[in-house]
Amino acid sequence: MINIDNISKLARLGLSDKEKNKLKKEIPAILDFVNKLNEIKTDKIEPTAQVTGLENVVREDKAQKRTKQEAKKLLDLAPETKDGYVKVKAVL
Amino acid sequence: MNKLTIKQAHHGLVKKEFSSVELTEAVLNRIKKQDKEIHAYLTVSEELALNQAKRIDKKIANKEKISTLSGIPVAVKDIISVEGVKCTAGSKILENYIASYDATVIKRLKKAGAVIVGKTNQDEFGMGASGENSGFGPTKNPFDLERVPGGSSSGSAAALASNQCIYALGSDTGGSVRQPSSFCGVIGLKPTYGRVSRYGLIAFASSLDQIGPITKTAEDAQIVFETIKGKDEMDSTSIDFEEENREEKLEVKNLKIGIPKEYFIKGIDPEVEKIVKKAVDQYKGKGAEIIEISLPHTEYALSVYYIIMPAEASANLSRYDSIKYGFSIKGENLLDSYFKTREQGFGDEVKRRIMIGTYVLSAGYYDAYYLKAQKVRTLIKDDFDKAFGKVDVLMTPTAPTPAFKLGEKIDDPVSMYLSDIYTVSANLAGIPAVSVPCGKIDGLPVGLQIIGKQFDDEKILQIAQIYENSFL
Repeated sequence: MINIDNISKLARLGLSDKEKNKLKKEIPAILDFVNKLNEIKTDKIEPTAQVTGLENVVREDKAQKRTKQEAKKLLDLAPETKDGYVKVKAVL
Repeated sequence: MNKLTIKQAHHGLVKKEFSSVELTEAVLNRIKKQDKEIHAYLTVSEELALNQAKRIDKKIANKEKISTLSGIPVAVKDIISVEGVKCTAGSKILENYIASYDATVIKRLKKAGAVIVGKTNQDEFGMGASGENSGFGPTKNPFDLERVPGGSSSGSAAALASNQCIYALGSDTGGSVRQPSSFCGVIGLKPTYGRVSRYGLIAFASSLDQIGPITKTAEDAQIVFETIKGKDEMDSTSIDFEEENREEKLEVKNLKIGIPKEYFIKGIDPEVEKIVKKAVDQYKGKGAEIIEISLPHTEYALSVYYIIMPAEASANLSRYDSIKYGFSIKGENLLDSYFKTREQGFGDEVKRRIMIGTYVLSAGYYDAYYLKAQKVRTLIKDDFDKAFGKVDVLMTPTAPTPAFKLGEKIDDPVSMYLSDIYTVSANLAGIPAVSVPCGKIDGLPVGLQIIGKQFDDEKILQIAQIYENSFL
Protein backbone atom coordinates (compact mmCIF):
# COMPACT_ATOMS: atom_id res chain seq x y z
CA MET A 1 0.00 0.00 0.00
CA ILE A 2 1.40 3.38 -0.95
CA ASN A 3 1.63 6.04 1.69
CA ILE A 4 0.61 9.11 -0.31
CA ASP A 5 1.29 11.50 2.56
CA ASN A 6 4.82 10.23 2.99
CA ILE A 7 5.63 10.46 -0.74
CA SER A 8 4.17 13.96 -0.95
CA LYS A 9 6.39 15.00 1.97
CA LEU A 10 9.47 13.53 0.30
CA ALA A 11 8.57 15.35 -2.91
CA ARG A 12 7.88 18.66 -1.09
CA LEU A 13 4.61 18.66 -2.98
CA GLY A 14 1.40 19.90 -1.40
CA LEU A 15 -1.76 18.03 -2.39
CA SER A 16 -5.42 18.70 -1.67
CA ASP A 17 -7.55 15.90 -0.17
CA LYS A 18 -9.25 15.52 -3.53
CA GLU A 19 -5.90 15.10 -5.27
CA LYS A 20 -4.75 12.60 -2.67
CA ASN A 21 -7.84 10.47 -3.19
CA LYS A 22 -7.39 10.55 -6.94
CA LEU A 23 -3.70 9.60 -6.69
CA LYS A 24 -4.54 6.76 -4.32
CA LYS A 25 -6.36 5.14 -7.24
CA GLU A 26 -4.13 6.26 -10.11
CA ILE A 27 -0.69 5.44 -8.74
CA PRO A 28 -1.43 1.75 -8.05
CA ALA A 29 -2.85 1.47 -11.59
CA ILE A 30 0.35 2.90 -13.03
CA LEU A 31 2.54 0.71 -10.79
CA ASP A 32 0.49 -2.28 -11.84
CA PHE A 33 1.32 -1.38 -15.41
CA VAL A 34 5.08 -1.04 -14.79
CA ASN A 35 5.22 -4.18 -12.64
CA LYS A 36 5.22 -6.05 -15.94
CA LEU A 37 9.02 -5.80 -15.70
CA ASN A 38 9.02 -8.50 -13.02
CA GLU A 39 8.40 -11.03 -15.80
CA ILE A 40 12.02 -10.61 -16.92
CA LYS A 41 15.09 -12.02 -15.21
CA THR A 42 17.77 -9.36 -14.97
CA ASP A 43 20.24 -10.71 -12.40
CA LYS A 44 23.14 -10.70 -14.82
CA ILE A 45 22.25 -7.58 -16.78
CA GLU A 46 24.17 -4.32 -16.36
CA PRO A 47 22.01 -1.23 -15.90
CA THR A 48 22.00 1.54 -18.54
CA ALA A 49 21.99 5.06 -17.12
CA GLN A 50 23.00 6.80 -20.34
CA VAL A 51 23.62 5.82 -23.92
CA THR A 52 26.38 8.06 -25.25
CA GLY A 53 29.32 5.98 -24.09
CA LEU A 54 30.96 9.19 -22.84
CA GLU A 55 32.83 8.94 -19.56
CA ASN A 56 34.16 11.46 -17.07
CA VAL A 57 33.51 14.61 -19.02
CA VAL A 58 35.18 17.35 -17.03
CA ARG A 59 36.22 20.95 -17.43
CA GLU A 60 38.71 23.08 -15.59
CA ASP A 61 37.39 23.90 -12.13
CA LYS A 62 37.36 27.62 -12.64
CA ALA A 63 34.54 30.08 -12.05
CA GLN A 64 33.47 32.26 -14.94
CA LYS A 65 33.26 36.00 -14.42
CA ARG A 66 29.79 37.44 -14.81
CA THR A 67 28.94 41.06 -15.39
CA LYS A 68 26.78 43.10 -13.03
CA GLN A 69 24.05 43.23 -15.68
CA GLU A 70 24.01 39.44 -15.89
CA ALA A 71 23.74 39.19 -12.12
CA LYS A 72 20.95 41.76 -12.12
CA LYS A 73 19.00 39.78 -14.74
CA LEU A 74 19.05 36.74 -12.46
CA LEU A 75 18.23 38.71 -9.31
CA ASP A 76 15.30 40.37 -11.08
CA LEU A 77 13.79 36.90 -11.51
CA ALA A 78 13.87 36.13 -7.79
CA PRO A 79 10.61 36.73 -5.90
CA GLU A 80 12.46 38.48 -3.07
CA THR A 81 15.92 40.02 -2.82
CA LYS A 82 17.82 42.12 -0.31
CA ASP A 83 21.07 44.02 -0.85
CA GLY A 84 21.83 42.13 -4.05
CA TYR A 85 21.12 38.70 -2.55
CA VAL A 86 18.20 36.31 -2.89
CA LYS A 87 16.15 36.43 0.29
CA VAL A 88 15.25 33.09 1.87
CA LYS A 89 13.25 32.27 4.97
CA ALA A 90 15.24 30.93 7.91
CA VAL A 91 16.33 27.36 7.24
CA LEU A 92 16.85 26.42 10.88
CA MET B 1 4.25 33.10 -48.69
CA ASN B 2 3.74 31.60 -45.25
CA LYS B 3 3.13 28.22 -46.93
CA LEU B 4 6.68 27.96 -48.31
CA THR B 5 9.30 25.45 -47.21
CA ILE B 6 12.66 26.66 -45.88
CA LYS B 7 14.31 25.89 -49.21
CA GLN B 8 11.66 27.74 -51.22
CA ALA B 9 11.67 30.74 -48.88
CA HIS B 10 15.46 30.91 -49.08
CA HIS B 11 15.34 31.02 -52.87
CA GLY B 12 12.68 33.71 -52.73
CA LEU B 13 14.86 35.83 -50.46
CA VAL B 14 18.00 35.35 -52.53
CA LYS B 15 16.18 36.14 -55.77
CA LYS B 16 14.60 39.17 -54.09
CA GLU B 17 11.08 37.99 -54.88
CA PHE B 18 10.20 39.14 -51.37
CA SER B 19 12.03 40.47 -48.32
CA SER B 20 12.48 38.79 -44.97
CA VAL B 21 10.28 41.49 -43.41
CA GLU B 22 7.51 40.67 -45.90
CA LEU B 23 7.85 36.96 -45.23
CA THR B 24 7.85 37.54 -41.47
CA GLU B 25 4.82 39.81 -41.71
CA ALA B 26 2.98 37.18 -43.74
CA VAL B 27 3.60 34.69 -40.94
CA LEU B 28 2.69 37.19 -38.19
CA ASN B 29 -0.54 38.09 -40.00
CA ARG B 30 -1.42 34.45 -40.32
CA ILE B 31 -0.90 34.06 -36.57
CA LYS B 32 -3.11 37.06 -35.84
CA LYS B 33 -5.87 35.68 -38.05
CA GLN B 34 -5.72 32.05 -37.17
CA ASP B 35 -4.23 31.41 -33.80
CA LYS B 36 -7.34 32.27 -31.80
CA GLU B 37 -8.72 29.02 -33.19
CA ILE B 38 -5.61 26.83 -32.92
CA HIS B 39 -3.86 28.30 -29.85
CA ALA B 40 -0.43 27.16 -31.02
CA TYR B 41 1.44 30.14 -29.57
CA LEU B 42 1.91 31.20 -25.96
CA THR B 43 4.05 34.22 -26.85
CA VAL B 44 4.44 36.00 -30.17
CA SER B 45 7.76 37.85 -30.33
CA GLU B 46 6.82 40.27 -33.09
CA GLU B 47 9.38 42.94 -32.28
CA LEU B 48 12.28 40.51 -32.00
CA ALA B 49 11.21 38.84 -35.25
CA LEU B 50 10.93 42.05 -37.25
CA ASN B 51 14.28 43.30 -35.97
CA GLN B 52 15.94 40.06 -36.97
CA ALA B 53 14.23 40.18 -40.37
CA LYS B 54 15.35 43.77 -40.99
CA ARG B 55 18.94 42.81 -40.24
CA ILE B 56 18.82 40.05 -42.85
CA ASP B 57 17.20 42.33 -45.42
CA LYS B 58 20.09 44.75 -44.94
CA LYS B 59 22.56 41.93 -45.56
CA ILE B 60 20.73 40.97 -48.74
CA ALA B 61 20.68 44.59 -49.89
CA ASN B 62 24.45 44.75 -49.26
CA LYS B 63 24.85 41.63 -51.42
CA GLU B 64 26.27 39.65 -48.49
CA LYS B 65 25.91 35.89 -48.70
CA ILE B 66 23.20 34.53 -46.38
CA SER B 67 22.83 31.03 -44.98
CA THR B 68 19.79 28.91 -45.80
CA LEU B 69 18.00 29.73 -42.55
CA SER B 70 18.65 33.47 -42.72
CA GLY B 71 15.53 35.58 -42.61
CA ILE B 72 13.22 32.57 -42.21
CA PRO B 73 10.57 32.56 -39.45
CA VAL B 74 10.78 29.79 -36.86
CA ALA B 75 8.48 28.87 -33.95
CA VAL B 76 10.18 27.60 -30.80
CA LYS B 77 8.66 25.28 -28.21
CA ASP B 78 8.23 27.14 -24.94
CA ILE B 79 10.58 24.77 -23.11
CA ILE B 80 13.60 26.20 -24.99
CA SER B 81 15.16 29.42 -23.67
CA VAL B 82 15.28 32.53 -25.85
CA GLU B 83 16.98 35.42 -24.08
CA GLY B 84 14.60 38.16 -22.98
CA VAL B 85 11.47 36.20 -23.97
CA LYS B 86 9.01 34.55 -21.61
CA CYS B 87 9.69 30.83 -21.21
CA THR B 88 6.98 28.90 -19.36
CA ALA B 89 7.44 25.27 -20.48
CA GLY B 90 3.62 25.28 -20.44
CA SER B 91 3.59 25.58 -16.65
CA LYS B 92 1.93 28.07 -14.32
CA ILE B 93 4.97 27.77 -12.09
CA LEU B 94 6.98 29.61 -14.77
CA GLU B 95 4.14 31.90 -15.92
CA ASN B 96 6.23 35.07 -15.56
CA TYR B 97 9.69 33.61 -16.07
CA ILE B 98 11.83 35.44 -18.62
CA ALA B 99 14.79 33.48 -19.96
CA SER B 100 18.07 35.15 -19.05
CA TYR B 101 20.11 33.45 -21.75
CA ASP B 102 19.83 31.71 -25.13
CA ALA B 103 19.77 27.94 -25.39
CA THR B 104 22.66 26.66 -27.51
CA VAL B 105 20.28 25.71 -30.33
CA ILE B 106 18.90 29.27 -30.29
CA LYS B 107 22.41 30.73 -30.30
CA ARG B 108 23.18 28.63 -33.36
CA LEU B 109 19.92 29.54 -35.10
CA LYS B 110 20.46 33.23 -34.39
CA LYS B 111 23.98 33.00 -35.78
CA ALA B 112 22.46 31.49 -38.92
CA GLY B 113 20.14 34.50 -39.14
CA ALA B 114 16.89 32.89 -37.97
CA VAL B 115 13.78 34.98 -37.31
CA ILE B 116 12.08 33.86 -34.10
CA VAL B 117 8.35 34.59 -34.32
CA GLY B 118 7.24 33.10 -31.03
CA LYS B 119 7.08 30.41 -28.38
CA THR B 120 4.68 27.53 -28.78
CA ASN B 121 2.21 25.82 -26.49
CA GLN B 122 2.94 22.41 -25.03
CA ASP B 123 2.06 19.90 -22.36
CA GLU B 124 3.48 21.15 -19.07
CA PHE B 125 7.24 20.44 -18.98
CA GLY B 126 6.73 18.06 -21.90
CA MET B 127 4.51 15.71 -19.93
CA GLY B 128 1.73 14.60 -22.19
CA ALA B 129 0.74 13.22 -25.56
CA SER B 130 -2.19 15.51 -26.38
CA GLY B 131 -1.34 19.10 -25.46
CA GLU B 132 -4.17 19.05 -22.92
CA ASN B 133 -1.75 19.25 -20.00
CA SER B 134 -0.70 22.80 -20.84
CA GLY B 135 -1.21 25.22 -17.96
CA PHE B 136 -2.56 27.71 -20.50
CA GLY B 137 -5.27 25.76 -22.33
CA PRO B 138 -5.01 23.15 -25.08
CA THR B 139 -3.88 23.54 -28.69
CA LYS B 140 -6.26 22.29 -31.39
CA ASN B 141 -5.40 20.10 -34.36
CA PRO B 142 -5.57 22.18 -37.58
CA PHE B 143 -7.04 19.17 -39.44
CA ASP B 144 -9.98 18.93 -37.03
CA LEU B 145 -10.46 21.47 -34.26
CA GLU B 146 -12.21 18.92 -32.06
CA ARG B 147 -9.10 16.77 -31.99
CA VAL B 148 -5.77 17.02 -30.21
CA PRO B 149 -2.59 17.93 -32.13
CA GLY B 150 -0.61 15.36 -30.15
CA GLY B 151 2.03 16.30 -27.66
CA SER B 152 4.02 17.44 -26.02
CA SER B 153 5.32 19.69 -28.84
CA SER B 154 1.68 20.47 -29.65
CA GLY B 155 2.00 24.12 -30.62
CA SER B 156 5.10 23.61 -32.76
CA ALA B 157 3.45 20.90 -34.88
CA ALA B 158 0.08 22.70 -35.05
CA ALA B 159 1.69 26.08 -35.91
CA LEU B 160 3.57 24.49 -38.79
CA ALA B 161 0.58 22.51 -40.07
CA SER B 162 -1.50 25.72 -40.13
CA ASN B 163 1.27 27.70 -41.87
CA GLN B 164 1.89 29.94 -38.86
CA CYS B 165 5.66 29.46 -39.24
CA ILE B 166 8.05 28.06 -41.84
CA TYR B 167 9.56 25.52 -39.44
CA ALA B 168 9.64 24.84 -35.72
CA LEU B 169 11.68 23.37 -32.91
CA GLY B 170 10.30 20.80 -30.51
CA SER B 171 11.73 18.52 -27.86
CA ASP B 172 11.28 14.77 -27.60
CA THR B 173 11.57 12.73 -24.40
CA GLY B 174 9.32 9.80 -25.33
CA GLY B 175 7.84 10.86 -28.67
CA SER B 176 7.05 14.54 -28.14
CA VAL B 177 8.37 15.65 -31.54
CA ARG B 178 7.34 12.62 -33.58
CA GLN B 179 3.82 11.92 -32.30
CA PRO B 180 2.47 15.48 -32.78
CA SER B 181 4.22 15.56 -36.17
CA SER B 182 2.34 12.38 -37.06
CA PHE B 183 -0.99 13.84 -35.86
CA CYS B 184 -0.42 17.11 -37.75
CA GLY B 185 1.00 15.69 -41.00
CA VAL B 186 4.51 17.17 -40.80
CA ILE B 187 8.08 15.87 -40.50
CA GLY B 188 9.53 15.53 -36.99
CA LEU B 189 13.04 14.34 -36.13
CA LYS B 190 14.27 13.09 -32.78
CA PRO B 191 18.05 13.11 -33.18
CA THR B 192 20.52 10.63 -31.70
CA TYR B 193 20.92 11.42 -27.99
CA GLY B 194 23.86 13.79 -27.61
CA ARG B 195 23.97 15.17 -31.14
CA VAL B 196 22.04 18.31 -30.19
CA SER B 197 22.96 20.29 -27.08
CA ARG B 198 20.37 20.38 -24.32
CA TYR B 199 21.79 23.57 -22.79
CA GLY B 200 18.88 25.95 -22.32
CA LEU B 201 16.27 23.23 -22.76
CA ILE B 202 14.30 23.15 -19.51
CA ALA B 203 15.15 19.74 -18.10
CA PHE B 204 12.44 17.05 -17.99
CA ALA B 205 14.11 13.60 -18.13
CA SER B 206 17.74 14.32 -18.85
CA SER B 207 18.87 10.92 -20.15
CA LEU B 208 16.06 10.96 -22.75
CA ASP B 209 15.49 14.62 -23.77
CA GLN B 210 16.55 15.79 -27.23
CA ILE B 211 15.65 18.90 -29.21
CA GLY B 212 14.54 18.25 -32.79
CA PRO B 213 13.29 20.06 -35.89
CA ILE B 214 9.66 19.99 -37.08
CA THR B 215 9.45 20.85 -40.77
CA LYS B 216 7.42 20.52 -43.95
CA THR B 217 10.01 18.39 -45.78
CA ALA B 218 12.85 16.03 -44.87
CA GLU B 219 15.24 18.31 -46.73
CA ASP B 220 14.21 21.16 -44.42
CA ALA B 221 14.74 18.93 -41.37
CA GLN B 222 18.28 18.21 -42.59
CA ILE B 223 18.97 21.96 -42.99
CA VAL B 224 17.83 22.71 -39.43
CA PHE B 225 19.57 19.68 -37.92
CA GLU B 226 22.82 20.63 -39.66
CA THR B 227 22.61 24.06 -38.03
CA ILE B 228 21.75 23.04 -34.46
CA LYS B 229 23.81 19.85 -34.05
CA GLY B 230 27.29 19.44 -32.64
CA LYS B 231 29.22 19.32 -29.41
CA ASP B 232 28.69 22.08 -26.90
CA GLU B 233 30.84 22.59 -23.86
CA MET B 234 27.75 23.67 -21.93
CA ASP B 235 26.24 20.17 -22.27
CA SER B 236 28.61 17.44 -21.12
CA THR B 237 26.41 14.78 -22.76
CA SER B 238 26.75 16.33 -26.20
CA ILE B 239 28.90 14.47 -28.69
CA ASP B 240 31.20 15.56 -31.44
CA PHE B 241 30.37 13.18 -34.18
CA GLU B 242 32.51 13.54 -37.25
CA GLU B 243 30.58 12.06 -40.06
CA GLU B 244 32.91 9.76 -41.92
CA ASN B 245 32.72 10.22 -45.66
CA ARG B 246 29.69 8.19 -46.54
CA GLU B 247 31.09 5.96 -49.26
CA GLU B 248 28.24 5.69 -51.68
CA LYS B 249 25.09 7.62 -52.30
CA LEU B 250 22.16 5.95 -50.64
CA GLU B 251 20.23 3.81 -53.09
CA VAL B 252 16.92 2.20 -52.31
CA LYS B 253 17.90 -1.02 -54.04
CA ASN B 254 20.72 -1.55 -51.53
CA LEU B 255 18.50 -0.77 -48.58
CA LYS B 256 17.50 -3.36 -46.00
CA ILE B 257 14.38 -2.32 -44.12
CA GLY B 258 13.43 -4.11 -40.93
CA ILE B 259 9.80 -4.45 -39.87
CA PRO B 260 9.62 -5.21 -36.14
CA LYS B 261 6.79 -7.70 -35.79
CA GLU B 262 6.09 -6.59 -32.20
CA TYR B 263 4.92 -3.19 -33.51
CA PHE B 264 2.03 -4.63 -35.50
CA ILE B 265 -0.05 -6.28 -32.84
CA LYS B 266 -3.30 -5.60 -31.03
CA GLY B 267 -4.03 -1.98 -30.17
CA ILE B 268 -3.03 -0.65 -33.56
CA ASP B 269 -5.74 0.93 -35.70
CA PRO B 270 -6.02 -1.45 -38.71
CA GLU B 271 -6.20 1.53 -41.08
CA VAL B 272 -2.92 2.88 -39.66
CA GLU B 273 -1.34 -0.53 -40.20
CA LYS B 274 -2.57 -0.60 -43.80
CA ILE B 275 -1.24 2.86 -44.64
CA VAL B 276 2.15 2.26 -43.03
CA LYS B 277 2.56 -1.12 -44.74
CA LYS B 278 1.68 0.51 -48.04
CA ALA B 279 4.42 3.08 -47.48
CA VAL B 280 6.93 0.30 -46.76
CA ASP B 281 5.79 -1.49 -49.93
CA GLN B 282 6.67 1.54 -51.97
CA TYR B 283 10.29 1.21 -50.88
CA LYS B 284 10.04 -2.48 -51.76
CA GLY B 285 8.77 -1.54 -55.20
CA LYS B 286 11.96 0.46 -55.72
CA GLY B 287 14.11 -2.53 -54.83
CA ALA B 288 14.54 -2.33 -51.07
CA GLU B 289 14.67 -5.61 -49.20
CA ILE B 290 12.02 -5.92 -46.49
CA ILE B 291 12.94 -8.16 -43.57
CA GLU B 292 10.70 -9.06 -40.67
CA ILE B 293 12.69 -8.82 -37.46
CA SER B 294 12.02 -9.14 -33.76
CA LEU B 295 12.61 -6.67 -30.95
CA PRO B 296 11.59 -9.07 -28.19
CA HIS B 297 11.57 -6.56 -25.32
CA THR B 298 9.28 -4.09 -27.07
CA GLU B 299 6.37 -4.86 -24.77
CA TYR B 300 8.44 -3.72 -21.77
CA ALA B 301 9.54 -0.37 -23.21
CA LEU B 302 6.62 1.65 -21.90
CA SER B 303 7.03 0.21 -18.40
CA VAL B 304 10.73 1.08 -18.40
CA TYR B 305 9.90 4.54 -19.67
CA TYR B 306 7.26 5.15 -17.00
CA ILE B 307 9.82 4.44 -14.30
CA ILE B 308 12.94 6.16 -15.64
CA MET B 309 11.17 9.25 -16.97
CA PRO B 310 9.25 10.19 -13.78
CA ALA B 311 12.29 9.36 -11.64
CA GLU B 312 14.45 11.82 -13.58
CA ALA B 313 11.60 14.33 -13.77
CA SER B 314 10.96 14.29 -10.02
CA ALA B 315 14.62 15.12 -9.44
CA ASN B 316 14.76 17.80 -12.15
CA LEU B 317 11.57 19.49 -11.00
CA SER B 318 12.79 19.83 -7.43
CA ARG B 319 14.41 23.09 -8.56
CA TYR B 320 11.03 24.85 -8.56
CA ASP B 321 11.28 25.99 -4.96
CA SER B 322 9.65 29.45 -4.96
CA ILE B 323 12.94 31.15 -4.10
CA LYS B 324 15.20 31.67 -7.09
CA TYR B 325 12.59 32.37 -9.79
CA GLY B 326 9.06 31.58 -10.84
CA PHE B 327 5.74 31.45 -9.08
CA SER B 328 6.02 31.88 -5.32
CA ILE B 329 3.63 31.63 -2.39
CA LYS B 330 4.90 32.66 1.01
CA GLY B 331 4.22 30.04 3.63
CA GLU B 332 4.64 30.09 7.38
CA ASN B 333 8.14 28.72 6.99
CA LEU B 334 10.47 27.57 4.22
CA LEU B 335 9.01 24.06 3.98
CA ASP B 336 5.48 25.41 3.89
CA SER B 337 6.46 27.73 1.01
CA TYR B 338 7.73 24.75 -0.98
CA PHE B 339 4.54 22.78 -0.44
CA LYS B 340 2.14 25.61 -1.23
CA THR B 341 4.04 26.94 -4.27
CA ARG B 342 4.34 23.52 -5.83
CA GLU B 343 0.74 22.56 -5.01
CA GLN B 344 -0.60 25.58 -6.86
CA GLY B 345 2.08 25.92 -9.53
CA PHE B 346 2.08 22.38 -10.97
CA GLY B 347 -0.74 20.73 -12.93
CA ASP B 348 -2.23 17.26 -12.38
CA GLU B 349 0.02 15.26 -14.72
CA VAL B 350 3.19 16.88 -13.38
CA LYS B 351 2.11 16.10 -9.81
CA ARG B 352 1.31 12.51 -10.78
CA ARG B 353 4.76 12.02 -12.30
CA ILE B 354 6.60 13.71 -9.42
CA MET B 355 4.78 11.35 -7.04
CA ILE B 356 5.62 8.25 -9.08
CA GLY B 357 9.21 9.36 -9.58
CA THR B 358 9.67 10.06 -5.88
CA TYR B 359 8.12 6.71 -5.01
CA VAL B 360 10.31 4.63 -7.34
CA LEU B 361 13.43 6.39 -6.07
CA SER B 362 12.51 6.18 -2.39
CA ALA B 363 14.39 3.95 0.05
CA GLY B 364 13.38 0.32 -0.30
CA TYR B 365 11.94 0.71 -3.81
CA TYR B 366 14.97 1.89 -5.77
CA ASP B 367 16.21 -1.61 -6.67
CA ALA B 368 12.78 -2.99 -7.43
CA TYR B 369 11.81 -0.17 -9.78
CA TYR B 370 14.55 2.19 -10.89
CA LEU B 371 17.45 -0.26 -11.06
CA LYS B 372 15.23 -2.91 -12.62
CA ALA B 373 14.11 -0.44 -15.29
CA GLN B 374 17.70 0.54 -16.06
CA LYS B 375 18.55 -3.13 -16.58
CA VAL B 376 15.64 -3.72 -18.92
CA ARG B 377 16.71 -0.54 -20.70
CA THR B 378 19.95 -2.39 -21.51
CA LEU B 379 17.95 -5.28 -23.01
CA ILE B 380 15.92 -2.88 -25.16
CA LYS B 381 19.11 -1.24 -26.42
CA ASP B 382 20.59 -4.70 -27.15
CA ASP B 383 17.50 -5.60 -29.20
CA PHE B 384 18.16 -2.61 -31.46
CA ASP B 385 21.89 -3.36 -31.71
CA LYS B 386 21.07 -6.87 -32.87
CA ALA B 387 18.44 -5.65 -35.34
CA PHE B 388 20.85 -3.15 -36.89
CA GLY B 389 23.28 -5.98 -37.49
CA LYS B 390 20.74 -7.29 -40.02
CA VAL B 391 19.04 -4.19 -41.42
CA ASP B 392 19.83 -0.52 -42.17
CA VAL B 393 16.69 1.02 -40.73
CA LEU B 394 13.44 0.04 -39.08
CA MET B 395 10.01 1.18 -40.22
CA THR B 396 7.00 1.33 -37.92
CA PRO B 397 3.93 3.48 -37.36
CA THR B 398 4.70 6.62 -35.32
CA ALA B 399 1.51 6.26 -33.28
CA PRO B 400 -1.09 3.48 -33.03
CA THR B 401 -3.95 5.79 -34.06
CA PRO B 402 -4.52 9.11 -35.81
CA ALA B 403 -5.36 12.19 -33.68
CA PHE B 404 -7.98 11.46 -31.01
CA LYS B 405 -10.65 13.79 -29.64
CA LEU B 406 -9.96 16.41 -26.98
CA GLY B 407 -11.00 15.03 -23.61
CA GLU B 408 -11.09 11.42 -24.85
CA LYS B 409 -8.14 10.16 -22.79
CA ILE B 410 -7.50 12.87 -20.25
CA ASP B 411 -9.05 10.97 -17.31
CA ASP B 412 -7.26 7.71 -18.01
CA PRO B 413 -3.48 8.15 -17.64
CA VAL B 414 -2.58 4.61 -18.70
CA SER B 415 -4.57 4.84 -21.94
CA MET B 416 -2.92 8.23 -22.66
CA TYR B 417 0.50 6.67 -22.02
CA LEU B 418 -0.17 4.07 -24.74
CA SER B 419 0.02 6.88 -27.35
CA ASP B 420 3.80 6.71 -26.87
CA ILE B 421 4.07 2.96 -27.40
CA TYR B 422 5.99 3.14 -30.70
CA THR B 423 8.15 6.14 -29.87
CA VAL B 424 9.64 5.66 -26.37
CA SER B 425 12.05 2.90 -27.38
CA ALA B 426 14.14 5.22 -29.55
CA ASN B 427 14.62 7.53 -26.55
CA LEU B 428 15.56 4.65 -24.25
CA ALA B 429 18.12 3.40 -26.78
CA GLY B 430 19.29 6.93 -27.68
CA ILE B 431 18.85 6.33 -31.41
CA PRO B 432 17.44 8.67 -34.07
CA ALA B 433 13.91 8.43 -35.45
CA VAL B 434 11.84 10.55 -37.80
CA SER B 435 8.10 10.69 -38.44
CA VAL B 436 7.10 11.15 -42.09
CA PRO B 437 3.51 11.82 -43.23
CA CYS B 438 2.43 8.79 -45.29
CA GLY B 439 -1.32 9.06 -45.73
CA LYS B 440 -4.62 9.99 -44.11
CA ILE B 441 -7.61 8.33 -42.52
CA ASP B 442 -10.82 10.35 -42.94
CA GLY B 443 -8.73 13.46 -43.40
CA LEU B 444 -6.47 12.81 -40.40
CA PRO B 445 -2.71 12.38 -41.05
CA VAL B 446 -0.79 9.18 -40.31
CA GLY B 447 2.96 9.05 -39.75
CA LEU B 448 5.57 6.50 -40.82
CA GLN B 449 8.40 6.24 -38.30
CA ILE B 450 11.89 5.52 -39.64
CA ILE B 451 14.31 4.48 -36.89
CA GLY B 452 18.06 4.45 -37.49
CA LYS B 453 21.26 3.31 -35.83
CA GLN B 454 23.00 5.61 -33.38
CA PHE B 455 24.41 8.58 -35.39
CA ASP B 456 22.48 7.66 -38.55
CA ASP B 457 20.35 10.83 -38.33
CA GLU B 458 21.35 12.02 -41.80
CA LYS B 459 20.65 8.62 -43.29
CA ILE B 460 17.09 8.35 -41.99
CA LEU B 461 16.40 11.87 -43.25
CA GLN B 462 17.70 10.86 -46.66
CA ILE B 463 15.41 7.83 -46.65
CA ALA B 464 12.52 10.08 -45.65
CA GLN B 465 13.38 12.37 -48.51
CA ILE B 466 13.21 9.48 -50.96
CA TYR B 467 9.65 8.88 -49.79
CA GLU B 468 8.70 12.52 -50.40
CA ASN B 469 10.41 12.73 -53.77
CA SER B 470 9.39 9.40 -55.24
CA PHE B 471 6.15 8.29 -53.63
CA LEU B 472 4.09 11.42 -53.01
